[in-house]
This record gives sequence, structure tokens and C-alpha cells, in this order.
Amino acid sequence: MKRPPVLILHAPGTNRDQEAGLAVQAAGGDPRIVTVDEMTSRPGALDQYAAVVLPGGFSYGDALGAGGRLALELRAWLGDELAGAARSGRPILGICNGFQALVKSGLLSTPESRGFTLAANASGHFECRWVTLSVEPGCRSSWLEPLRGSVIRCPVAHGEGRFAARDSSVVAELEKAGRIAFRYLASGSAGGNGTDPAAGTYPANPNGSDHDIAGLCDATGTVVGLMPHPEDHIVDWQRPSGPPGAQGSTVFEALVDAAR
Amino acid sequence: MTRIQVNTADHPDEKHIVAAAEALGVAGLRGCRRWAVYHLDGRLSPADVDRLCREVLVDPVTDTAVVGPPPAAPHVVEVAPVAGVTDTAARELERAAATLGLGPLRAATARRYELGGDLDDDDIDLLMRRLLANPTIERSSRGELAPAFSPEAATGLAVAAVPLAGLDDEQLADLSRRRLLSLDIAEMRAIQAHFVACGRDPTDAELETLAQTWSEHCAHKTFKAHITLTHTRASGEIEVSDHDGLLAALRRATDELDVAWLRSVFVDNAGIIAFDDRLDLAVKVETHNHPSALEPFGGANTGVGGVVRDILGVSARPIACTDVLCFGPADLDESDLPAGVLHPRRIRDGVVAGIGDYGNKLGLPTVNGAVIYDRGYVANPLVFCGAVGLLPSGSHPTEPRPGDRIVVIGGRTGRDGIHGATFSSAGLDAAVAERAGSAVQIGDPITEKGCIEVVERARDLGLYNAITDCGAGGLSSAVGEMGARLGAVVDLAVAPLKYPGLQPWEIWVSEAQERMVLAVPPHKLERLRELCDEWWVEMSDIGSFSSDRRLVVRHGGLEVIDLPMALLHDGLPRRTMAARHRDPVPSDGEADALCGVDPDKLVLGLLSHPNVCSRAPIVGTYDHEVRGGTVVRPLVGPGGDGPGDAAVLKPLGTWEHDMAVALAAGIAPRITALDPWAMALHAIDEAFRNLAAVGADPDRVALLDNFCWGDPTVPDRLGSLVRAVQGCVEGARRYRAPFVSGKDSLYNEFEGVAVPGTLLISAIGVVADLHRATTSALTSAGHDLWLVGRGSVCLGGSLAAEMLGIGDTRVPAPVGEPLGRYRAVHRLISDGRVTAAHDVSDGGVAVALAEMAIGGGLGLQVAIPCDGIGAGAAANDGERASGPIATLINEAPGRLVLESPATERAAVAATLGSFGWRIGTVTGNNSIEIRVDRNGSNRDGDNRTGRDGTRNHGTSSNATAEVVISVEDARRAFGCSEARP
Repeated sequence: MKRPPVLILHAPGTNRDQEAGLAVQAAGGDPRIVTVDEMTSRPGALDQYAAVVLPGGFSYGDALGAGGRLALELRAWLGDELAGAARSGRPILGICNGFQALVKSGLLSTPESRGFTLAANASGHFECRWVTLSVEPGCRSSWLEPLRGSVIRCPVAHGEGRFAARDSSVVAELEKAGRIAFRYLASGSAGGNGTDPAAGTYPANPNGSDHDIAGLCDATGTVVGLMPHPEDHIVDWQRPSGPPGAQGSTVFEALVDAAR
Repeated sequence: MTRIQVNTADHPDEKHIVAAAEALGVAGLRGCRRWAVYHLDGRLSPADVDRLCREVLVDPVTDTAVVGPPPAAPHVVEVAPVAGVTDTAARELERAAATLGLGPLRAATARRYELGGDLDDDDIDLLMRRLLANPTIERSSRGELAPAFSPEAATGLAVAAVPLAGLDDEQLADLSRRRLLSLDIAEMRAIQAHFVACGRDPTDAELETLAQTWSEHCAHKTFKAHITLTHTRASGEIEVSDHDGLLAALRRATDELDVAWLRSVFVDNAGIIAFDDRLDLAVKVETHNHPSALEPFGGANTGVGGVVRDILGVSARPIACTDVLCFGPADLDESDLPAGVLHPRRIRDGVVAGIGDYGNKLGLPTVNGAVIYDRGYVANPLVFCGAVGLLPSGSHPTEPRPGDRIVVIGGRTGRDGIHGATFSSAGLDAAVAERAGSAVQIGDPITEKGCIEVVERARDLGLYNAITDCGAGGLSSAVGEMGARLGAVVDLAVAPLKYPGLQPWEIWVSEAQERMVLAVPPHKLERLRELCDEWWVEMSDIGSFSSDRRLVVRHGGLEVIDLPMALLHDGLPRRTMAARHRDPVPSDGEADALCGVDPDKLVLGLLSHPNVCSRAPIVGTYDHEVRGGTVVRPLVGPGGDGPGDAAVLKPLGTWEHDMAVALAAGIAPRITALDPWAMALHAIDEAFRNLAAVGADPDRVALLDNFCWGDPTVPDRLGSLVRAVQGCVEGARRYRAPFVSGKDSLYNEFEGVAVPGTLLISAIGVVADLHRATTSALTSAGHDLWLVGRGSVCLGGSLAAEMLGIGDTRVPAPVGEPLGRYRAVHRLISDGRVTAAHDVSDGGVAVALAEMAIGGGLGLQVAIPCDGIGAGAAANDGERASGPIATLINEAPGRLVLESPATERAAVAATLGSFGWRIGTVTGNNSIEIRVDRNGSNRDGDNRTGRDGTRNHGTSSNATAEVVISVEDARRAFGCSEARP
């Protein structure tokens, strides 16, 4: 079967590009790691990719807030092209730093109306631990559709991942619009796959996110972002414990399928 | 000039500062509001400022901004980096402004703290000094602080001659002290003689170059010295022996093993060993002690950066980091803190944050380490940073050629890091912060990340003939070493600077971070430049290698250096040093004091000891998952509650087979004062059994040594160092494990008091099938538990002896022939017969068992024979049998606990033979039950199943000791605060 080309966008400081590439490869895609500078120097270059992944890392050192500088670059140089890609239904996935950049760039919501952000973890420091996620049954994203209601286990590794909404109406609207894509779940017994909500409790909800929100999609459902790293759980031996399954590879399979 | 300040609601620093102030004894601090301050110098309209705020600086949900002068607040402290200290936020802000089409502008940052509550001037002063700012790298002020932009214009460049001719010894010594050269009188004389013969005085840069190249840090003068050791045995017998170089002895030990899988050892930036049939592993461990003592975050930060560059310096792609940290007690009373020393808590928090920051940002998993608290480290914390890399076999070029360009890639050169090499070659004292000033830096991991991408690709494209990192001594060492057999011509005017105004000698010796030096054939320069552009890495061509064996450095038209390479590399006079060591008289101290001890409380006390308890609060802030290859993590078991013994890593790019890399460490500083020779063997054994516990092959283990000692010119300090090296040499032989790399850090002293002699042994091994790798967490009720290795009656150097104040000076005998047992364990794990394995170390077998129960969330019931009883027991360890309590807590080496399904019992028994025996069972009843019975030895493996029900908790007598604690209590003591998974 044809391998759709998937852009893995690399900014200075991006560091989970190789794993994201491996996950795309394993899912049947053709990953291409390309730098932001390379993309911005060739207008229209985005057209040759069937999907885009913004991987994790510390773009530009995150010196002005996580993902902030990358968001600026995306808006300034690639904003129209990325928005065009989203309109044409080509899936865009932002993971961790990529999610932070999507949120701050306005690609997940118009900048003027942005009522939510990703703030410093409630614990006050970087958190690296495995979490259990639900793919929300009500999520509107068409490319995540095959995964709705399923459970994924994978690690988080971030210092600024606390989903914070200006007020509760923001979450209600996101919920109503089907834009909440991933939530943290309580881990099941013996580190297995739970199904109960994390209900804000640490460490199942590792950063204190409002309403356990771990990931979102935009109003079209094409742009998806999440803090945890599904690319770090694509084979069984990567999982520290618990029963087989619940791999993050399903996210990349869905992305590649939608990109075909 | 525009000032913008931004407050983020619930910024974590605010809570942290209030809590830390209370720990400092400032109870009046009621609240703290933290502002990020940005100073912008450039033409900006109000609309421009508004746009910068909206698009870059201010988050609409969490942030509040004030443009212009700040509103008044009662207690204000502002803190800003000293000019020249890395300020990445300012740099990124300048670049972001450019993206927005604003500018050009210059930016500087600061932090503003508005402190609430009832505070007097002393309180605020204390908070400023001890919590909010570090004068080594920061300026601070009550109230508004004016920005310090980098200087704009160069001052006059000059090369000064330093008069040497005619100086007497006293004047030479004084010159060495005044200029921070750290050279002794023989070395000063050698330099003087050279220049007298040349008929001129050295330039400042020449003198600095010699001081850097000849520093203890770069030249390892002590490890290459001729040493005479006077060793007084406990019996009073005196042996005098000559040692022709400690480094040579370690190398010889490696050579004599004649191991086929070694690629490059001791000669390059890092050791290289074979991994699979295609790829090699590079490994290196460094220390960054002095910088971490003064500026913990920056010191540890740049420690990680430095060791990662060592890996790049052998053309390898870094794949993982390790860290071993030694601090003073976290609960040290403020009044016990020497003047000029940061509190251990502040050092620890800063070091941990610095390591996490750098490793996380580089995208390298920090996977293995240790933390040790001891009063001996109060003024001299030790920070060991390790890194591992991967490279195709034979891909590392090491031959620069005449005509090759000298190319520097990465960060710019600044005044930061001047005198690092010489600074770390002298002791510390209360006033060192002022003197060291520029020796300490903050890292810039994103620039280093760019170097990683460039070096890997440049290697694969064959763009360079040699590469090295710019570390201690800066360009002077890097170019001097790379061109040692050729010669080099350099023009410093070409080197890109962070800011103007650096004198030529400063550019030449600056240890500014994140720089690599490459020897590049002229026709490949253009391709390298394209690569550097693609990955956002700055590159400069500062000169070329010649063939006249001279080092010639200019700055434009100024002549800076003209030295023969022979003087730099062969001119250093070899030291002759005297060492003295006296073995302590063996004593069993107050061993009888154990009789009345409550074993339950003892075990819970050991589990909660700072040197045993859970490392989750530290490990959780390190990314140990990035690169997707971490098979065995630093924390293990379903809830991540158990301590991992060794890390197992599956490198990206090797997924076509099942082999994995195992990393472990061993360290035993409590034993050094008693027997430095045995200490080395204990440390090696600990590293080995940690590797054994995850299933690594004991016949393919490479070792690294890192010695941290005091002033080696003091004979008894040097004596214990020599004995420790002898222990390493013996260890290489007994364990058939080569040393592949090592480093010594001496002069770890504060006002004449030395750090406890500390040897870190790092070990790297191979797990044949990652699916079979084991962890310490118990897996299933009903499985058997086995104990490998015999205990000891000696408690000297054990954690329990220290905790209980028992003055036992008898150190458990090192294992005579260790490989047999480790091979047996390896066979069992490789065959899939073992479901969990854990090494017995700090706290002894009781702690090891409890940790396995904690990790697995399961109970256990075991009976252990009393140590010192039975055949062979007394042979090693002296005269009298041990009490049952001592059996629980002794730290004899060579021991592991294994969990195995009952169905494998016969196979396990057959493979272990006399190396181990079955001690009990994993249970599902949430209880840790350990019984030591002096009369009920069960070494035949015949476990009692039905025991009488009249057990008393925490009983001990001369005949028996029994621990019965719940897994919950053990978890709580160990520091697992969260609900059980």
C-alpha cells in the first residue's frame, strides 16, 4: 500500500522527532523530518505532505514560554499553509511541545477567542510518568473516530501541560463542540488500563489539568493536540507494566489512514 | 527604553519561595508575587509594544502585564543576570521581535519579587542572598534594577608581556597565585627556563595556555606522577612501594585482560566499546563539583552539557545521561553551615533542576543514578554526570591533516568560563565565589542540540578528519591537543563573540559552553556550512593546522602566541609525590548494642533513611522516556514505586534485534576511611550486581572510574587514593572487566577539609534479549524467593552501623571469585526463569526484600540463616558468628535476591548450586515477614511451610530476629506518598 508522506516539523530544540518518525513509519506512513527554516524558505512546500506532526521537545528552548516562539514562527510563516492543510482535511497532530505551539499559534482556536492555555504543572516542576488516557467518545475529530472510547497508555514528560480554562463556560463549550479529544483516566489495578476518570487526582492527572483534559481538537476536528506521548508506546516492551495493548500506535495508524 | 513586566497567575516559584523562606527561618513572608521583567532597547511604538505583549510575552488566560514603571509595592527585590551570563530569554526575545518585523532591538531580562507580610530589612536581605539571587551569576537589588545590556563597543585590545626573567621562587609562586594559574614551583620554573632560553617574556595568553594545558584538570599530573607509598598495616608492618603512574596502572589492568570488544579506551574524549556487529557504544562520566558548589543549577547544567560534548567528541550520537550526586544532609542546621557555603538543600534543588533542564531539553533520557547524603559533602558537593552515545563502528576519524581548517561550531565565545580548568585544580574557601566569578556558567542546551544534529550528519558525510569538544581550557586546549603533532595557526579576530571587548587571551581560554572544534579539509567547508545553516548552528573558520609543530595565534595584526607544541605537551615536569596510608585496627565496636534493637523499627528506619528512601521526587523531574527506548526505568513496578538497579535501554536505530544496553553505578564512600582498597572492590561489585539484577552478561561489562579526592599533595589523602586505584586494578582482574574511561577530580577541599574519598564506578553492559530483562519488583504471590551470596559478620561501613552509631571498623571481605555467581544469575535470567531480581546493598538484605515488596505491591515470608554460621562462613570474616540482627543489615557484597516461579525450583537450585538458596515465598497478604534463626538454618532449601501462629512483631534475641511489617508501612517509610495503584 502507498505510504503517505508525513511531515515531522523540526524546530531548533525539537527532540521527539525521531520517535514520532518511527511511529509514523510503523503505522504505514512515510515520515520526513524537515526543519522549520527549510519549510519556510520554500513557499508551498507543505502541499506535498498528506499529514503533519509537530513533535515534542523544547522548541527555541521554550525561553519565552513553552511553544510560544514556535507558535509565532508558525503564525508568521506557515499559518496560512497550515490552516489550508487543515481545511483540506489533512490531519495535523501536535504532541507536547507541538500541542503547546498549536494552542498558542491560534491553530486550535482563533487567537482572539482563546479561553484556555497550557500552564505550568500544578506540582511546580517537570513531570515524567506513565498515564492512562481515554480517547473521548464525543470527540468530533473524524480521523480519531476509529479510536473513540478507547484507552491509551503512554508517558507524559513536560513542565507546562496544565490545561487551564478562563472559566467553566469555556470547557462546557469545548465539550459541546466535541473538541475534547483526550482525558486522563485513573490507572487501573496493577498499573493496568483503567476506565474511571482521574477526577483531578495526582498523579493520574499528572499536571492538574482542568476537567482532566489531556488533548483537544479544533473546530474542524482535523487539528489535534495532546500533552502525552503516544509515540513512546508503539510496542509492548516500552510499557513499564500492565497488560498488553492500549498502545499509542493507534493514534498514528488513524493519522496515516486519514492521510491516504 | 521600554520595560515590560509579566506576572503569571499561580507561578510555581511563588509557592516554592514561601515554603523555602519558612525553611530558612523567615516566617514573616506571607506571599510572593513574581514578575518576569523584560527591558527593550530599540525604537518601539506603543502599538509595537502591544503586539510584542500579545504575540510573545503575555498569555491571555494566565498572565497580567505592566508596561512602563512598576506600581509601588512594599518589599521589592529585583534580580538580573550579571552581564555576560547566558540570557536565552533575552536572545529569543530579540529574535522573536525580528520575526514580527520589529527592531532591531536589544533585550535584557530580570525577575521581580514583591514580597508580602511582616518583614524587616534583615529578613529581606537574607531572602535575597540565600534564596532569590546567587551573586556568582546574578545582581540583585531592593527595588528597581537598571538593565545591563551587553557592552556595545570594544575596548582597546592588548597583548601584555608577563615578566618572568629573574623572578625567584617566591615571586614565581606569587605570580601563579595572583593569576589563578594553579601551577607549582617546578612548573613555573620550567616555563621561566623556556622563555629565558628564548630571550623574551611570555605573553599573557602564552602563560594562560600553559596553565590550562598543564592544569591538574587537563593534564592529570597526580595520576601520571611517580608516587612512593608508605603503607602501615594494622599489624604495624610497614610496606614501602613505588608506583609508576596510577593512570598507567589502570590502563595496564585493562590491557592485560585482552578483551576483544574494546574499540578505543583512555585515549579520546570517551571510551568506545562494541555493541552489535554494526554499532559501537561511547561512554563517559565527568564531574562538575566546584561549579555546582557555587552555582548549583548552572554547575550541574553545564556538567551535563560537557559530558554530552565528550560523547560528540568521539563522533557518537548521545542517547542517554546518568547522574550520581553527593550532598550534605538536607536537614543540616543553618548554624552548622560554614560561611560562604550554600545550604545542601539549595545545592540539591539547584543541581537536580540543572540536570533535568539540560538533559530534558537535549531530549536525552536521564536513566540511572544515585543520591548520597553525608556531612562530608556539605562544602564540597559532588556532581557526576555521565553520558552514553552510539556510533557506527570505525566511523570516528581521529587524524587531522596539515592544511585542514580549524572550525568551531556551536555557541559564541564570551567571558564566561574563564579559568574553569585552573579553578577546579585548587581547593575552595569562603571567598572563592568572588574569585571564581566567571568560571561558572549557565548552559544553553538548544545550541548543543543543534551541534548533535550537525556532528552526526557531518560524520556520516565524512566532512571532518578530527573532532574534539571545547571544554576545560577552551580553544587553547582543544586546538592545542588536536594540533599536538602538527602545529596550528589561528586568528582569534574571526571567532564569533557574545559581546565585544574580550581580550585575545580571554577568547583563547574562555570555556564558553556548547562549542566543538573540527578539523575540516578546505573542500568540505562549504558542505559543512550548509549543514550548520540547516540546523541553526553557527560556524567559524578560525585557522588551519600546519606542519611545523608550532602553535601560532594572532588577533588580526596582533601576535598573541608563538609556542612550540613540544613545550605544551612534553614540557610539563613529571611530579614525584609521597603518599601515606595506615590501615585502621579492626574493631567490632559496639556490636552488642544490636541485641536490644527492635528489628521492625530498624528496618523501617533504614527504609526512610535519606540514603535509601524513594528517589521518585528527583527521578520524576527527569525525562527518562524520551527516545522511546527505556526498557528498565529508574523506578520500577506497576506503580513505579520500587528502586531500579540498572537502566536497560534499547537505542533508536537498533530495533532490528533484541539486544539492549544496561547502565549501572556502584559507590561506597562510607568504606573509604576504613579501607580504600576494599572500598573500590565494593563499588565495583555494586555496579556488577546492579547489572546482574537486570540480566546483563557479566562477561561483557566495561567499567569507568571517577575519583573525587582532596588535595593530593597531602600524603594521607594521596595514600588512600593510591590504595583505591590498587583496588580498581584488582577489581578489573577479579571481575575480568576492563576500565574504558576515567577521570579524576582532586582538590575537593574546603578550607583544608577534604571530601570523603569518593570513587564512582560506572558500568555498562549488554542484555541479550530485552524481553527477559528483570526488575526488582515482585510479580506474583506463590513465587519462590532465593538469596544469592553469603552475608558477613562485619558491619563496618554499613548504613545501619552509621545510623546506630556502632563503631565497627571491620569491612566485609570483597568477593574473591565473583564471576561464578553472576554467570549463574545471568543464565537463569536469560533462560527466563527469574521474574524479579534485586541487589543487596545499603541497608542489607532486609531492606532489599522490603524494596522488592514495595515495588511489586506484594508481601513475602522468608527465613534467612544467621550469617557466620555453617560451612565456609567464618573463612572470610573472622572469628565469631554474627547475631541475627546483623544478618538483616550487613552489607556484604556479591548478594542478590531472586524471585522465580515455584515450577522452576529444580532448575534454579541446580544452576545456583552453592551460590544461593531458597529463603521463602512471595505472598499476597500485604505483610513483609523476615525471620532470622540462629538455630534454624535452612540452607538446604527446606522451607517451613506451617509456622506456629504465636509470632511477636519486632522480636529479637540472641537466637532469633523477626521482622513483621506491613507493605503499607514499608511504603510509607520509603516515601511512597501516593495511594497504592
